[in-house]
Amino acid sequence: MSIFVNKDTKVLVQGITGNEGSFHTRGCLEYGTNIVAGVTPGKGGQKMNDVPVFNTVKQAVEKTGATASLIFVPPPFGADAIMEAADAGVELIVAITEGIPILDMVKVKHFLATKNCRLIGPNCPGIITPDECKIGIMPGKIHKKGNIGVISRSGTLTYEVVDQLTKLGMGQSTCIGIGGDPVNGTNFIDVLDAFEKDDETHGIVMVGEIGGSAEEEAAIYIKENLTKPVVGFIAGLTAPAGRRMGHAGAIISGSSGTGAAKITAFKDNGIYVCENLGLIGQVCKDVF
Amino acid sequence: MKIHEYQAKELFKAYNVPVPDGNVAFSLDEAKKAATDLGGFPVVVKAQIHAGGRGKGGGVKLAASMEEVDTWAGEILGMTLVTHQTGPEGRLVKKLLIEAGQKIKKELYLSLLVDRGTASIVIMASRDGGMDIEKVAANTPERIIKVHVDPLMGIQGYQLRQVGFSLELPSSAMKPFSALVSNLYRFFIANDCSMVEINPLILTSDDKVLALDAKVDFDSNALYRHKDLMALRDLDEENALEVEASKYNLNYINLDGNVGNIVNGAGLAMATMDIIKNAGATPANFMDVGGGANSEQVENAFRIILADDKVKAVLINIFGGILRCDNFAWGVVAAAKKTGINIPVVVRMEGTNVDKGKQILEDAKLNLTTAHDLFDAAQKIAASVN
Repeated sequence: MSIFVNKDTKVLVQGITGNEGSFHTRGCLEYGTNIVAGVTPGKGGQKMNDVPVFNTVKQAVEKTGATASLIFVPPPFGADAIMEAADAGVELIVAITEGIPILDMVKVKHFLATKNCRLIGPNCPGIITPDECKIGIMPGKIHKKGNIGVISRSGTLTYEVVDQLTKLGMGQSTCIGIGGDPVNGTNFIDVLDAFEKDDETHGIVMVGEIGGSAEEEAAIYIKENLTKPVVGFIAGLTAPAGRRMGHAGAIISGSSGTGAAKITAFKDNGIYVCENLGLIGQVCKDVF
Repeated sequence: MKIHEYQAKELFKAYNVPVPDGNVAFSLDEAKKAATDLGGFPVVVKAQIHAGGRGKGGGVKLAASMEEVDTWAGEILGMTLVTHQTGPEGRLVKKLLIEAGQKIKKELYLSLLVDRGTASIVIMASRDGGMDIEKVAANTPERIIKVHVDPLMGIQGYQLRQVGFSLELPSSAMKPFSALVSNLYRFFIANDCSMVEINPLILTSDDKVLALDAKVDFDSNALYRHKDLMALRDLDEENALEVEASKYNLNYINLDGNVGNIVNGAGLAMATMDIIKNAGATPANFMDVGGGANSEQVENAFRIILADDKVKAVLINIFGGILRCDNFAWGVVAAAKKTGINIPVVVRMEGTNVDKGKQILEDAKLNLTTAHDLFDAAQKIAASVN
């Protein structure tokens, strides 16, 4: 088992003919992802690497039965693309796009509440179940099939963690980047809950950053609901207060959201804390 | 993107959010002219910088006469104003807002911001406005009322009443107050704000409501659809190297340590700063070249890092995903050829096309130290500066 995606997941790509869209679609195809359709308005009828392109998500879903979408459209059209996918009945939407205006995402979030779908992202690397399905931009070959679930707010930081796990022989069940934006779809708790129910996941690595209170809330959830061991890491312990570090999500306000507050919340709730990224693989090896 | 109080108040006026009469001044003469134009005393002389806490720092003064305008404006213009939000280095004051003084009966607090937890716009208000609002929030949070607005519905009449009655306004002020909040909400949405704060919002002795201060922060991701607002950006308020970096879409923040670092991805960049600190050195910056950086951006990133003379060594940490290591390596080679590297540089690369990237750096015969993993990289960089 794995969570959210497996080898049977049929994927469509919104923005498949763009630079990034086509580059990463090829990457996903090489990895073995079952990409059945692409969508670029005005380019319906064309093909991209033998993948048929449609004008609308609705057409793509009707013709191919795709249940997941991978979104690469530019930020001004990001919110629209997510809503189009949700409206067409896509069950899992993975939005890679970075820089979608926050008020657009606020509207999207309320729109999605009326639909039966899960959004991962935006501003995220996507989701991968090693050796089965990669819906995202992560380098596939650093992953290895196994029993550790990885969840993170970051992109490249997740690759770092996965790479260390793989090099020390610990494979992954599923790895998910939920994205660094302040308003996003799937949160830590959704994923933790899914990992807890997944028989193939034996341990979980949770990678957070400063800003917001998602890690603190997740920590309490872990104590109350999880039986599997969790290793936690927080990026940004040395970031000065009040400065924005790239991710809009990483803004410290008051005492909640600081690295120290998050580390304390982790420790208080039975999470194994790693404070040095260079050693996270080793810490996992010791815990799992 | 932050703007000045005087700019925010100009925008408020266009949305019928009442503000005191006032004018911006860039010199002592302009300050005196602005005071004359107001036609009476007292007037308030207010430093215009992008930071809060100006009053406590000595950047806001009441002038009862033209002589006092002369004194205060002369003192504040050109001063380095230090507040709890500027950091110890403070900000040089280059402009003033000269405003008509008000008879204040009550100081209130009002702000609008995006609440990430509920994905809605939250209106926050308090009877205890003024300089100590942060203490109020910390010590008596129940005195701050929060109303969440559904973005699809917009602000409703009952929500305006909830806020208004909680502030215990006199009945004659209720209608103008509701109009003010409703107009402010319209302003917030129409301009893609991420935060609007009025502290204090005042009730005057004749029961009028006025925005005595105005802090506005726009969502940078939405500025593409507000070209007019982009003209309000004040580069004087930003670090020169940060401005330079923003030209190339580089996420750069200047800090006070001596280890420069170039990383791809914000999370990994923060974690790299942490690991530099862990190893016993201090980061000189945060630099995220982004997921899809090209070699030109990398070259500029390198040049900007080296332009900071605090930097005694540079750590490059790249985990290739979208960014391919070979592209990154070409950028480093180009920068090294142009600017020359005469301080220690430690490179750690992993991920997409890493072997090609390493080969390019090796062939270029640059004076670089390579690290086999992140832990090793941190140890090597710390050793080079300590």
